[in-house]
Amino acid sequence: MSQPVGASARTQAAARWRRQAPAALALLPAAVIVVAIYIGAMIWTVRLAFSSSKMLPVFDFVGMQQFERLFATERFVASGWHILLFGVLFIAGALVLGFLLAVFIDQHVRLEGVFRTIFLYPYAMSFIVTGLAWQWFLHPELGLQKAVRDWGFTSFTFDWIVQPNLVMYTLVIAAIWQASGLVMAILLAGLRGVDAELWKAARIDAIPPWRVYLSIILPMLTPMLVTAAVLLAVAVAKLYDLVIAMTKGGPGISSEVPAKFIMDNFFERSNVGLGSAAAVVLLVTVVAIVAPWIYAEHLRPKRSGR
Amino acid sequence: MSGVEPFGPKPQGFSYGRLGVYAVLVLASLFFLTPLWVMLMTSFKSMAEIRDGQILSWPRAFTFEAWPQAWWSACTGLTCDGVRVGFWNSIRILVPSVIFSIGLGALTGYAMTFYRVRGANLLFAIMLIGAFIPYQVFIYPMVRVFSIIGIYDSLTGIVVVHVIFGLPLMTLLFRNYYSSLPIELFNAGRVDGAGFLTIFRHVILPMSTPIIIVATILQVTGIWNDFILGLTFAGRENRPMTVLLNNIVNSTQGEAAYNVDMAATILTALVPLFVYFISGRWFVRGIAAGAVKG
Repeated sequence: MSQPVGASARTQAAARWRRQAPAALALLPAAVIVVAIYIGAMIWTVRLAFSSSKMLPVFDFVGMQQFERLFATERFVASGWHILLFGVLFIAGALVLGFLLAVFIDQHVRLEGVFRTIFLYPYAMSFIVTGLAWQWFLHPELGLQKAVRDWGFTSFTFDWIVQPNLVMYTLVIAAIWQASGLVMAILLAGLRGVDAELWKAARIDAIPPWRVYLSIILPMLTPMLVTAAVLLAVAVAKLYDLVIAMTKGGPGISSEVPAKFIMDNFFERSNVGLGSAAAVVLLVTVVAIVAPWIYAEHLRPKRSGR
Repeated sequence: MSGVEPFGPKPQGFSYGRLGVYAVLVLASLFFLTPLWVMLMTSFKSMAEIRDGQILSWPRAFTFEAWPQAWWSACTGLTCDGVRVGFWNSIRILVPSVIFSIGLGALTGYAMTFYRVRGANLLFAIMLIGAFIPYQVFIYPMVRVFSIIGIYDSLTGIVVVHVIFGLPLMTLLFRNYYSSLPIELFNAGRVDGAGFLTIFRHVILPMSTPIIIVATILQVTGIWNDFILGLTFAGRENRPMTVLLNNIVNSTQGEAAYNVDMAATILTALVPLFVYFISGRWFVRGIAAGAVKG
């Protein structure tokens, strides 16, 4: 009696499978990439962080030794402080500048398109180009400092790029120059979505525009600010090209950053275990910052829509 | 003015507030344009003039001599072939990488949107998280495996790497775009008995032009501007333009020729700048699609 039901269920399942099989096949390359690279290579790196690997990977187990060594390595600890300083100043700077640019562009100005193009064009260029341009611009003998001194301001000093305790700030300036247009573009889209009624109401109540921007519009833009901040934070964790092009980590080790520390240990210093341990530290930091945002933005069930 | 002004255009004509707005915008423009100005001016000067140190000024004697040098004969220490070698390497890397990563992204996004394959959401979630993780976490094992299977230091290797690391963003773009298409289109194709690839080719792809444009803009600029992957995976023979440029400018041999360096730097930036200027609002849409839309 139950046999026909079972048989039809089986044919249904078979039909369903026939429909889904090509899609499953199409997802195979993506699945292979995810399993082999995003999971496989990551696990491999984590594994190496607990090994004594030097030039070639070995699969012994030395516990937390590499991590202990890592945090006793001046170069790595310094990179950590550098990236923290860079991250805070760069993210805050790019957000503030990007927000101001968006607000000023939003004032019904003429030539809006021209200003927008000027503010965003650096973002189209690579960090290598950015770094080389600023390295030359800030050249201590032939760059901006010399030019301003020749104008008569003979005591003008701007040789930060060769000052160990100031060099990180030059990287911050160059990175803000490159990326604040991105923040502007994201926030401008949000400003354009603000209801015109809000401006009328504010005008009737005689609230000054700057108060409206700070107290009403800024909170409305929070999701976009968060998105921009996450994108900038990812750029911070990946910071490598800019340093290579602009300062090569110097003077001394005063602009070393974690991503560069890892690459150097993998490919130049034959310290695969130590580099892997540093990569794991970087990984944990990034996941802690990004995972809540990804969940909120992309994976949480949406209240509406399909 | 009593503050009540519900309708009509903003006040026209002169006011100190308006002047302030333009002053700020012009000042900001100066900040953004000065490095480009300095690069251009330096590239048109002779080294003798550059040593005088007027980095911001217009060239006293305008010369183009640095540009052909940058293109044909700038030195990286050992070889003196200019950035043109890197330009052509970048093109050879760019074309297949862009085509394959967009193709794979479109196919993956399509399968994820219109079919219920078990595990697809998990796949997507891991991909998304993976997109935010620095390359350093994956790079060493990849180098080992690539050299074992013989594609390390090769054109194939670097293209495969770009497809791998382009997959999350490409899938995200196409998945989001396809979710916004009316599902009736897909259902109609299915009622007609069309299969997976037929619907993709004849129904979905013809409607994908806008998102393909956005994806192309993102991938062309992204892959052209890549440094770390090209440095690690492409090998000496295929070094992309960014890597070659950095070697030229930061090579410690001989006296630095800043005019040649800056000409080479501008040449390297030319392709993404060209894409930026012709794509206009599409570029911004690309940023928005890749970043904001969930």
